Amino acid sequence: MSKTLIIPDFTKTATIDQVGVEERCARFTSRSIKKDTKLHGLKMVLSMIDLTTLEGKDTEGKVKQMCYKATHLHDVLPGLPTAAAVCVYPSMVKIAKEALKNSNVKVASVATAFPSGQSTREIKILDTKFAVDNGADEIDMVISRGEFLKGNFNFVFDEIAAVKEACGKARLKVIFETGELSTLDNVRKASEIAIYAGADFIKTSTGKISPAATMPVTLVMLEAIRDYYYKTGIMIGMKPAGGISTAKSALHYLVMVKETLGMAWLSNEWFRFGASSLANDVLMQLMKEATGVYQSSDYFSKD
Amino acid sequence: MAKKNTPNLDFNSSWNYAPAPEDTKHINLKKQYDLFIDGKFVKPTKGKYFDTINPATEEVLAKVAEADETDVNKAVKAARNAYNNVWSKMPAAERGKYIYRIARLMQERAREFAVIETLDGGKPIRESRDVDVPLAANHFFYYAGWADKLDYAFPNRKPQSLGVAGQIIPWNFPLLMAAWKIAPALAAGNTVVLKPAETTPLTALKLAEIIQESGLPDGVVNIITGAGKTGAAIVNHPDINKIAFTGSTDVGKLIQKSIAGTNKKLTLELGGKAANIIFEDAPIDQAVEGIVNGIFFNQGHVCCAGSRLFVQEGVADIVIRKLKDRLETLIVGDPLDKNTDIGAINSKGQLDTINKYIKIGKDEGAEMYQSSCSIPKKGFFCRPTLFLNTSQSHRIVQEEIFGPVLTIQTFRTVEEVIEKANNIPYGLSAGVWTDKGSKIFNLTTKLRAGVVWANTYNKFDPTSPFGGYKESGFGREGGIHGLSSYLKF
Repeated sequence: MSKTLIIPDFTKTATIDQVGVEERCARFTSRSIKKDTKLHGLKMVLSMIDLTTLEGKDTEGKVKQMCYKATHLHDVLPGLPTAAAVCVYPSMVKIAKEALKNSNVKVASVATAFPSGQSTREIKILDTKFAVDNGADEIDMVISRGEFLKGNFNFVFDEIAAVKEACGKARLKVIFETGELSTLDNVRKASEIAIYAGADFIKTSTGKISPAATMPVTLVMLEAIRDYYYKTGIMIGMKPAGGISTAKSALHYLVMVKETLGMAWLSNEWFRFGASSLANDVLMQLMKEATGVYQSSDYFSKD
Repeated sequence: MAKKNTPNLDFNSSWNYAPAPEDTKHINLKKQYDLFIDGKFVKPTKGKYFDTINPATEEVLAKVAEADETDVNKAVKAARNAYNNVWSKMPAAERGKYIYRIARLMQERAREFAVIETLDGGKPIRESRDVDVPLAANHFFYYAGWADKLDYAFPNRKPQSLGVAGQIIPWNFPLLMAAWKIAPALAAGNTVVLKPAETTPLTALKLAEIIQESGLPDGVVNIITGAGKTGAAIVNHPDINKIAFTGSTDVGKLIQKSIAGTNKKLTLELGGKAANIIFEDAPIDQAVEGIVNGIFFNQGHVCCAGSRLFVQEGVADIVIRKLKDRLETLIVGDPLDKNTDIGAINSKGQLDTINKYIKIGKDEGAEMYQSSCSIPKKGFFCRPTLFLNTSQSHRIVQEEIFGPVLTIQTFRTVEEVIEKANNIPYGLSAGVWTDKGSKIFNLTTKLRAGVVWANTYNKFDPTSPFGGYKESGFGREGGIHGLSSYLKF
């Protein structure tokens, strides 16, 4: 980007009224999504999913199985998209990359001492570089929530900028762990810091803390993205992660994206769901649309 | 790839919502409705009926009786008889039971009420389903609770009922206004003659059916239909103790003149032209939502609509830009569709009035902006409309339009905006948007408006009083205040 960007004063970010945000979210959920709109929406949701496994007990076998699922969501039903990406720990990037080499599915790796982020900057950079060197297309970093809550916004900003540099060509998603930020004003502030520091995507949660993604948190982040777009014309992506497990709630999120940022964001280049159980619920709904009946969950593969 | 340096948002090019119309098969509408007098549906003396239409399709929904003076006489007589012999003698707790019963029956038939309200009035089903009908039932629930506690509501003041109340209600919230009027009147021990507006009589008549079903003693509530003449006959009837009117300021003035010199009690809830004030430190995205909710709720047919927007200069550009984008996501069309945000204008006459003002605004040189949405060919519809660069001297800023038309002015200081907000004959409501509590309290004491909403708009609750200053009327509805309008001490 050749244009110079004035970095705002992060102590004075836009104010948020929580009650108003919740009311707006309730309006999104009252949209009625039927027929073709539903079918099209469900397929969009599938194509936006980052299938995720982030556990201490992850093995190569488990990651390979998930990668297969990412490219073969439900072969019984023709015409389905693949998942957008798989999301794994850095140590599994190589395996995932190999397993997905003939597909368009991206490999995203968490990094920077995920999920707590409690480490030194050097280690975080090394962690990022390791993942990128192993072939990660996308890096999901966590911010230092402790520093953020101390009001040390420059620290958070610099850290994101440093990780972004370490990413090279990989796209950077910045995780706020909104469940630890406690207020929507903080979510807004974190969004602005991350966006100005170079995030390609902003992401709600690690999935390790409850509450994870919620509609109000996501709306505040989408509005921060919109304000940045108004100012610069630059698009930033959004990834709610954790806690979205039903097709119905995923459709509500799409309604929110459509009515806040518009059609340009309704693709997996700009919007993702970080989720593992969501895919099967969407598949169940799609099979219901196709056959007219709900099938048992045993008909949908769990990888 | 990303569209660089062209910061326009596209909301409608694909993935649009498929039609989701609410089913109408479950409703029960008669072809013809008579007058509800003394617990029975009776034919009008002169046998005259008029049509009530669906403003979204212009199709006739039903024929409705036109009450003349003789019919009004009958209704008042029935109400007086019920007051003298039954209702005033009944233990207050028993009165409360009937009001509870009406509330419960209304809840049970909420879906039918919502659909009929939408068919007859043109408001989106989302609103009639989520706002009008539940709020109407809540008013009955709330006032039912007061029926046997009047002495506690007004300690040591010996509250007594008035007698027969004549009530005339408008077309913008037909069922809800009927509830606002009937519930406190009954709880206070009065009997009622109510006239719904001529364009939207159906839900009041359905309410009459529920009242019949509830076993409320005959004559306690009488619902008669007709136009201005019928209303005048109620106002001028010598045996009525109280007039409660919601409607236009012009008619309100006429009513006040015609009851001068009588000892009828009067409450008037009239027009408005509310200021909705956005300060620089406001939560902007939520304020934009509040602006939309303030002016486009119920197609702007709201006496307390936030129809004059004041934006502090430092944020004017961003607020207007966001407002324009938000307008693009508002869906205008079939009121029965669950995704419709803005339904049909209530009548041809009202649409003409709105269009007249839009023309005035353009002629006055204000900059008009309308959303790009398509509107149905049949029926009465109006695109959400903004007028930018307006001033207090524009007629569209001074006069109540009662439609989806927002005028936008900028301001610099708190003193300036208070002066401008109060510089209007009306004084029903206002909205203030700021992150700072002290600023809110400063404004609430200085704005001459009956209701001031802070960081929200168009919020209603049965426990909260509602009513105006100046030419917006007098007397309060809702809460304990609403009870006192139906009592003497």
